Amino acid sequence: MNPVRLTGRGTLWTLRGIGALTLFTLRGLFRLQPFYPRAFLAQLIQIGWLSLPVVGLTALFTGAALALQIHSGGARFQASDVVPAIVAIGMVRELGPVLGGLMVAARVASSIAAEIGTMKVTEQIDALVTLSTDPMRWLVTPRLWAAVLTVPVLVGVGDIIGIMGGWIVGTQSLGFNSTGYLANSAAYLQSWDVVSGLLKGAVFGLIVAVSGCWFGMHSGRGAAGVGRATKSAVVAAAVGILAANFVLTGMFFE
Amino acid sequence: MIEIDALHKSFGQKTVLDGISLGVTQGESLCVIGQSGTGKSVLLKCILGLTRPDAGRILWQGKALDRTTRPDFMNRFGMLFQGAALFDSLSVWQNVAFRLRQRMPDAKARAIAVEKLARVGLGAETADLMPAELSGGMAKRAGLARAIADDPAVIFFDEPTTGLDPIRARRINDLIRGIVTETGATAITITHDMDSVRAIGDRVALLENGRIAWDGPVAQMNDAAPLAAFLGQQNRS
Repeated sequence: MNPVRLTGRGTLWTLRGIGALTLFTLRGLFRLQPFYPRAFLAQLIQIGWLSLPVVGLTALFTGAALALQIHSGGARFQASDVVPAIVAIGMVRELGPVLGGLMVAARVASSIAAEIGTMKVTEQIDALVTLSTDPMRWLVTPRLWAAVLTVPVLVGVGDIIGIMGGWIVGTQSLGFNSTGYLANSAAYLQSWDVVSGLLKGAVFGLIVAVSGCWFGMHSGRGAAGVGRATKSAVVAAAVGILAANFVLTGMFFE
Repeated sequence: MIEIDALHKSFGQKTVLDGISLGVTQGESLCVIGQSGTGKSVLLKCILGLTRPDAGRILWQGKALDRTTRPDFMNRFGMLFQGAALFDSLSVWQNVAFRLRQRMPDAKARAIAVEKLARVGLGAETADLMPAELSGGMAKRAGLARAIADDPAVIFFDEPTTGLDPIRARRINDLIRGIVTETGATAITITHDMDSVRAIGDRVALLENGRIAWDGPVAQMNDAAPLAAFLGQQNRS
């Protein structure tokens, strides 16, 4: 095929996809009436509350490992004392939001895509339409808003648990004084460090929910179709989070 | 009551509906039959607004279905899906009362749901079960209860006996016939099961190559030449 035609077709396909995804996201976020509070509450629990253990454990081990790394790395240039500050800043600005977002992506994007994909292939989405219910409002809107609102909370809780992970390692095996460690952690943290991390969390939550809903709603037929949708949702959410993290970090701190 | 006027639908090069015109009057039970892939489900999806036709109109009580008239139409019909299509995340009564719960308290909606479940032969003990706990026949009955929960004026049945053994299929057919007669609702059934046609239908339309090949009363179908060919194929398969 003519390479010019091939390039043109590829460009059109990409732009059409971006346009469709943008419209899907805007409709999911802003077509609020009628709002289904029961569906929204169920998603707050599913996405927020039930993700807490995995996000908490990830943050705990990450904070602990970070403390060990900073301590051994810092020892090379006599800077072991910076462990509390670096752990706090590293967790709050970067590792808390990114790792929390990735864990939520693994847990939530896959489950949303599998659930909505299964609903599609078993005609449950058609059934919603026949019951005068817009699938976007009943399925997508509650998930999008639940993720946008709960992932920052998860990130905030993860930040605290991560800092506590560093504190446990710092006080139990690196010889830090407990009060001094916590005072040092707080001394070098600025409010923008925390706020920027929470904002990242909201964006990552949106990416996770949009990926799950989009691939679920566009799932192919049968079990194989749902499997592909689930895999694509997780991959897209993970890559989207890492790319968005780079862009947001540039915007917030450059 | 429902009029389909010169409906066309193609998917790529394949023409599925090629100018179909068909009407169904108030209280009538119409069965649309045809081999697999003849466009029966596409016709149904066009009527329901799940698929947009390329050309043609669908009229409901004399008005063409569009953005303004469709919501009223959607509120007046119920549908039984081939696989029941019960929502996995909701209990049986919540499925049956799905539409009711949007405009009345749960207690009242549940009472109506339990009453409808009883009408289709399911006891109150099934109300709190999840769809995954139901057998195929029970799921079909629960789907039927959901279809009639809001006392619809029109009920669509998509392959109501598919996947059921002959005894359960006969029970579902009898149930559908009883409900349609009792409520006076208009029924449109998509099927390739001739036992369903005989049990449920007043009129039958044969869909072939995207067109209506024959349309007439069920009582006359044994004498119709186009149907004889279809029935012969059915018997061979």
